[in-house]
Amino acid sequence: MSADLTDIEAGRLWTFPGGIHPPERKELSNSTPLSALPVAGDYRVPVRQHNGDPGEICVQLGQQVLAGEPLTKPGMSNGLPVHAPTSGEVTYIGPARIAHPSGLADLVITITADGKDNCCDLYPVPDYQQLSRTELLDRLHDAGIAGLGGAGFPTARKLALQRPLDYLIINGVECEPYITADDRLMQEHAAEIIRGTEILLYIVGCSKALIAVEQNKPAAIGVFKRLLADHPTIALREIPVKYPSGGEKQLIQILTGREVPSRGLPIDIGLVMHNVGTAFAVQDAIDHGRPLLQRVVTVTGENVQQPGNYWVRLGTPVASLLEHCGYTPEPQQRVIMGGPMMGFTLPDLTVPVVKITNCIMLPATTELEPAQQEMPCIRCGACSDVCPAVLLPQQLQWLAKAKDYEGLEQQNLFDCIECGACAYVCPSEIPLVHYYRKAKAEIRNIAREKASAEIARERFEARQQRLEREKEERLERHRQAALAREKAQAEAVKAGGDNPQDAVQAAIARAKARKAAQAAKAAETNNKTEDKSTGDSE
Amino acid sequence: MTFKIAASPHTHQRRTTRQIMRLVYLALIPGVLLQTVFFGWGVWFQLVLALATAWLAEGFCMRLRGRPMMSAWRDHTAMVTAVLLAISIPSLAPWWIIVIGTSFAVIVVKHVYGGVGQNLFNPAMAGYVLLLVSFPVQMTSWPAPTMLTEHSISVADTINLIISGYTSSGYNLEQLRTGIDGLTMATPLDSLRTDLGSQMTLSEATAKPIFSDFAGVGWQWINLAYLLGGLALIKLRVISWHIPAGVLLGLALPAFIGAAFAPDQQIGPILHLFSGATMLGAFFIATDPVTAATSNRGRLWFGLLIGALVYIIRTWGGYPDGVAFAVLLANMMVPVIDKYTRPVVYGHGGRP
Repeated sequence: MSADLTDIEAGRLWTFPGGIHPPERKELSNSTPLSALPVAGDYRVPVRQHNGDPGEICVQLGQQVLAGEPLTKPGMSNGLPVHAPTSGEVTYIGPARIAHPSGLADLVITITADGKDNCCDLYPVPDYQQLSRTELLDRLHDAGIAGLGGAGFPTARKLALQRPLDYLIINGVECEPYITADDRLMQEHAAEIIRGTEILLYIVGCSKALIAVEQNKPAAIGVFKRLLADHPTIALREIPVKYPSGGEKQLIQILTGREVPSRGLPIDIGLVMHNVGTAFAVQDAIDHGRPLLQRVVTVTGENVQQPGNYWVRLGTPVASLLEHCGYTPEPQQRVIMGGPMMGFTLPDLTVPVVKITNCIMLPATTELEPAQQEMPCIRCGACSDVCPAVLLPQQLQWLAKAKDYEGLEQQNLFDCIECGACAYVCPSEIPLVHYYRKAKAEIRNIAREKASAEIARERFEARQQRLEREKEERLERHRQAALAREKAQAEAVKAGGDNPQDAVQAAIARAKARKAAQAAKAAETNNKTEDKSTGDSE
Repeated sequence: MTFKIAASPHTHQRRTTRQIMRLVYLALIPGVLLQTVFFGWGVWFQLVLALATAWLAEGFCMRLRGRPMMSAWRDHTAMVTAVLLAISIPSLAPWWIIVIGTSFAVIVVKHVYGGVGQNLFNPAMAGYVLLLVSFPVQMTSWPAPTMLTEHSISVADTINLIISGYTSSGYNLEQLRTGIDGLTMATPLDSLRTDLGSQMTLSEATAKPIFSDFAGVGWQWINLAYLLGGLALIKLRVISWHIPAGVLLGLALPAFIGAAFAPDQQIGPILHLFSGATMLGAFFIATDPVTAATSNRGRLWFGLLIGALVYIIRTWGGYPDGVAFAVLLANMMVPVIDKYTRPVVYGHGGRP
């Protein structure tokens, strides 16, 4: 363990298996400085923009709100508030299309901007070291900060886990082609990112941080080198260019040679990772008291007129963003939210920018050729050569097509990070990741159904047991009552009273006598009628 | 305005199955050219016959299966099978040999099992084995290298031989195969097997005119050419080095040990490597991805198994060469190899 730490300390870099080198095309968007979009129009703020449950809506239709005012209260344990991106009126609360691969609708609060952009009162922390860890976590939670790298996990919850840590890792790798949002942020706000890193270090109680940047971002690396000279606790690591180096598990492997255990967390091996954008947002929330209202979004692709990076308020419809940048759509245009490897296509432009939106891309057909027809797998194995998780994508594909869910779990389908490297190299153009996503969803569904069936079964069995028990109890009660009665009788007889048994016997005897008398009478009348009837027939 | 919905990733490396197959053709060219030089034009007629048969058989099967014919023709997998079979059989074999072999390879070995990617056995080698066990005479009648025969065979004679079995001047194949010394010329491996079997020493056996610098006349250069083409495929990342390295090592290592213990009674490693179908098998046949093991470690074992089987068949078996049998036997072992060579997935304790 100590040898391992000295290696890491010395700046040794490991590598991860597989990986690909798709065309980076970062130059399209990384040369212009960050600029902000003008405030205008409607903002559609989805109440759920993170990985967890939505909060409780705390505004009403027609209410005036100020920029930074919370629109939801984090009701659930893993809820996270969302805030008004600008001042204006709440004009709609209801379902609308959100940023989701399936084009799902979810609850959205629409704010119609009044154009004044008045901000609510902010409460900056003059010196974060005066506050306790929990107080800082509460502030980050109230600021609505979720991981801006893509997963959208609530940052405060990630930080709340207390475990001994070796390193805090700040991820500025941005390995996805085309995207330069983190690159520009690092070039222009490196000081704030470093400040955010210090705050994060204080919160997690760790002494060392590593900032990882891919070698294709020399400008950002230059700025960090200059600024980090007087921060001995934070070290910079320049990572060789390879996709997906920026994946959490892969970056951990590169920087430390360690592997996050399957279904475990980085914290299990003494590491915690945050994105540079998150570090910036943490700094903003603590030093300026500003909740997460905007983020950097790359707008790129050859069909965009002014590609670049923009500060975009959360809730801005993609249409407004694209109007600002200008675009010339072609027939069958694809609008991709995210990058070319892991992004998803949007069905229309009403979809709003949310906390995890890092890129909007309008590629030309010649630039990113649409997928051709899927051909049969020839088992060439190119996919397993590039898989960073050392899976066997072609086996998974056969199993997924055969719906062999048990086999899929045996082949560790859930260790797939969906980076798309396998589908990128597939000569038969099989949409492998698509098959895996579908299989994962189906396996989760089956597990859910199984769990609910299990609950139903348990309930049914419990009910059966209860009924059985109640019946037993009832019988027992009757038995007890009968015993008590007998006993009481016996005591009464002993005491010299009438034996009720005698009375019963007497009653039976009387009844028998009566019955016999009746039978005799009936026999007599029968005989008579019979005689009569034979007479008639003759 | 409607937008196109697509699944990620939205970008692809533009190397399709078809391009891969084209590279395989190109890499075969040096070997085929040398085969022409040493064994005449026959190989080209076999290629034409094989390709035509494969094309028709593929179309016929796709038609029967109710699938688009174009997609099957476009991926070129049947064509590669045809080419491999055509260059594996004796270049002057009668026309029906290659037609039967190719039809069997495409129709039975490939399509009956479900088409591209579904077959268990290497189609070209299954076709080859069918021919070898059914028509042993035709399948072992390799002509002698052109520089060792007294008759030179013209293009017209080649066609006549393949179609009717006789040249225009009435010679049949058996007569043409007779060498200057009046003996039928066998392939180097065949000759070695017979000679070593009859208690000759290796130096006596290789003193025959069919041997030259380091292996058989002609065969050594053909093997070298396939080695070259194979190395180009590795360089172009069409195949990985694991299977060829495994085959060559699996063959050379026991040969080396055998030669070390009985230097004059066993074929040495160099002779093994540059004789028969060694290089063609190692780089072009065993590397058929569909029927090989899937992981790199598995591929290495798969290759080693083929190499060792070739050595065993050549040394103790009933056939002079054993690439086809070795490949088919190794194909059968693939599920087992795959089961025991599954790589350790990230996060499952491979590296601490």
